[in-house]
Amino acid sequence: MDFGTDILIALGKVVLIVVMVLNLIPLLIWMERKGAAYIQDRRGPNRCHILGIRLGGIIHSLADAVKLVTKGSTSTSATFHPLFVIAPMISLFVACVTVAVIPFTEPLVIGDFTFQFQIADLSAGLLYVIALSSLSVYAILLAGWSSGGKFSLLGALRGSSQMISYELAMGLAIVAIFLVSGSFRLNDIVAEQGAIPWHWNAVRLPLSFILLFTAMFAETNRLPFDLPEGESELSAGYHTEYSAMRFGAFFMAEYAHLVVGSLIVTLLFFGGWHIPFLSSATLHAHASDVLRILWIIGGIKALLLGAFLVRHFVRRKGYWGDLRDYEFLVFGVPLLLVGLALAVGFFVVGPVVLPEWASRLLVFLLQLGVMLAKTLFFVWVFIWVRWTLPRFRYDQLMRLGWKVMIPLGLVNIFIAGMMTMYLER
Amino acid sequence: MLETILFYLFAATSVTTALLVISRVNPLMSALWLVVCLASSAGLFALLSAPFLAIIQILVYAGAVMVLFLFVIMLIDISKEALKPRVVRFAKVVAVSITGYFTVIVCIVLWRPSFLPAPLADAAYGDVKVLGKMLLTDYAVPFELASLLLLAAMIGAVVMGKKKL
Amino acid sequence: MTITLQHYLFLSLVMFTIGMVGVVVRRNALIIFMSIELMLNAVNIAFLAFSRWSGLMEGQVAVFFVLAVAAAEAGVGLGIIVALYRNKPTVYVDDLRLLRG
Repeated sequence: MDFGTDILIALGKVVLIVVMVLNLIPLLIWMERKGAAYIQDRRGPNRCHILGIRLGGIIHSLADAVKLVTKGSTSTSATFHPLFVIAPMISLFVACVTVAVIPFTEPLVIGDFTFQFQIADLSAGLLYVIALSSLSVYAILLAGWSSGGKFSLLGALRGSSQMISYELAMGLAIVAIFLVSGSFRLNDIVAEQGAIPWHWNAVRLPLSFILLFTAMFAETNRLPFDLPEGESELSAGYHTEYSAMRFGAFFMAEYAHLVVGSLIVTLLFFGGWHIPFLSSATLHAHASDVLRILWIIGGIKALLLGAFLVRHFVRRKGYWGDLRDYEFLVFGVPLLLVGLALAVGFFVVGPVVLPEWASRLLVFLLQLGVMLAKTLFFVWVFIWVRWTLPRFRYDQLMRLGWKVMIPLGLVNIFIAGMMTMYLER
Repeated sequence: MLETILFYLFAATSVTTALLVISRVNPLMSALWLVVCLASSAGLFALLSAPFLAIIQILVYAGAVMVLFLFVIMLIDISKEALKPRVVRFAKVVAVSITGYFTVIVCIVLWRPSFLPAPLADAAYGDVKVLGKMLLTDYAVPFELASLLLLAAMIGAVVMGKKKL
Repeated sequence: MTITLQHYLFLSLVMFTIGMVGVVVRRNALIIFMSIELMLNAVNIAFLAFSRWSGLMEGQVAVFFVLAVAAAEAGVGLGIIVALYRNKPTVYVDDLRLLRG
């Protein structure tokens, strides 16, 4: 393959992966709002609509985006402008750049063409992630300092000290994984875990998982560790003085960090793209059967969901008295048609034998889907915890970080070392 | 070719930001330029096929040491009036003489036509595993001493940070 | 045009000189500290360049130790600055001559 094609593919991957992560952000905001609402026994966002289409409240995220982009950015007389503008950029930049080393699937091999769904396969991939995520402290520090307000500065000092304290615990938790996996490369770490759930690091190193997951909460500044922006004490912490899209950048960066954190947890502890009990080789061998099963499940799901939506429309006719009544129909009828088409197609086409490249592609897409599903599950855990636990007090936070998590991390390294010795004899 | 361009890019960034570090009045700006300088030096490390050290440089220097610097600068919070571009007496003379001295050294170094050919490449060179093995076998004693030094520094910092002993 | 050992040594020397000038000329204790970090960094570049050209990993080991020492030094140094600032609110080293009698 020549040089030009390589560069084109690389650019394409960069755009594809970054756009994918950035597009997850509105969805996550929607997830967070709906999750919070259901945990607090509310309905959550459900008003905003375009021609009656509400998508269960996702349109609210769109409205937010329009609002954030079109509002004016304010600043006080005490702000130090260059840093004030740069800080949110750093925040978002760091969050997006971290995605570069994340492998989403196994490399797709068709003939002599290899496609890896990963921007850069660094040999020190995991260290790169830690190093870059340690840079996100600067965004908080600079934002808080350059705002020129007391709350901002206090939030920044809290945030940065919290982040560097918990980075230690995170590093120690990751050292244990290095020991067991014997590699820094994320691809190797995932491949080493395999498809059997009790070979995943979450089972082999449960302490490591707990430590890393807890540290992740502190690193992303979310409840129960959201002291840098604790609204009851510091109004909004380090981004008190920010408005419009500059605030939006911080907001987006928080969710991007959430995605990256969940991706890392999935890769390190839950076998990455592996489907439980089904290794890639098995999937390749039985690709046609897998396709048939997916076909049946997809068809039944489409039929059921379509029928449900149409029934809903019939039952609640005239409830709103405007276009919103027809939303269920807009989604229900196509779904029913798709379901019918799948069902008819299943019997008409009959059993399909997939060619080699198609089965590879199918497995590739399936693994990508599984990877994203696992990631979204951990994002959901983040949201779940945020709306369940109360906030720590600052001294409690520091005590947990320094006096509990770091000693536990050291014990964990010891356990991991013993495990490596035992496994290797 | 790419390596040459990257070298000049990183070298230019390092030198420019280093000059900015020693010439800013506000230590906060100095610290920020130092972060950029250290990051571009990390790029040079990577060019010298030491990717592990490059990442450690960013992790330790940019991620921890410089954050500590910024932290102290923000805690001390020198007022705008107290910030003065103060330098020692005869600063220009001193600076020029130091620079002159090192220029002489450079001339001596470059006097000999000893430009070496392109570097040799070894598969194991720069590998983290090799580095780790060396640290824990041949250099085990210095390694332990370094850990002792860090412990001493930690205790020292805690003791000095206390208001009352 | 290839990059030779001399390029790296020259760069290292320039950065070391800048750091040295910073240490000698400036009076702000924090900036003096940062200049020391610059000098250490310059030395690191020289170590790595020598190591790369000689093909021995020892240079990288040395850099590793330099990084450890730099971290220790920064911790203690900043501790000293904070302790000094508590006794006399200044960061300029020429104001701190209480021991001169």
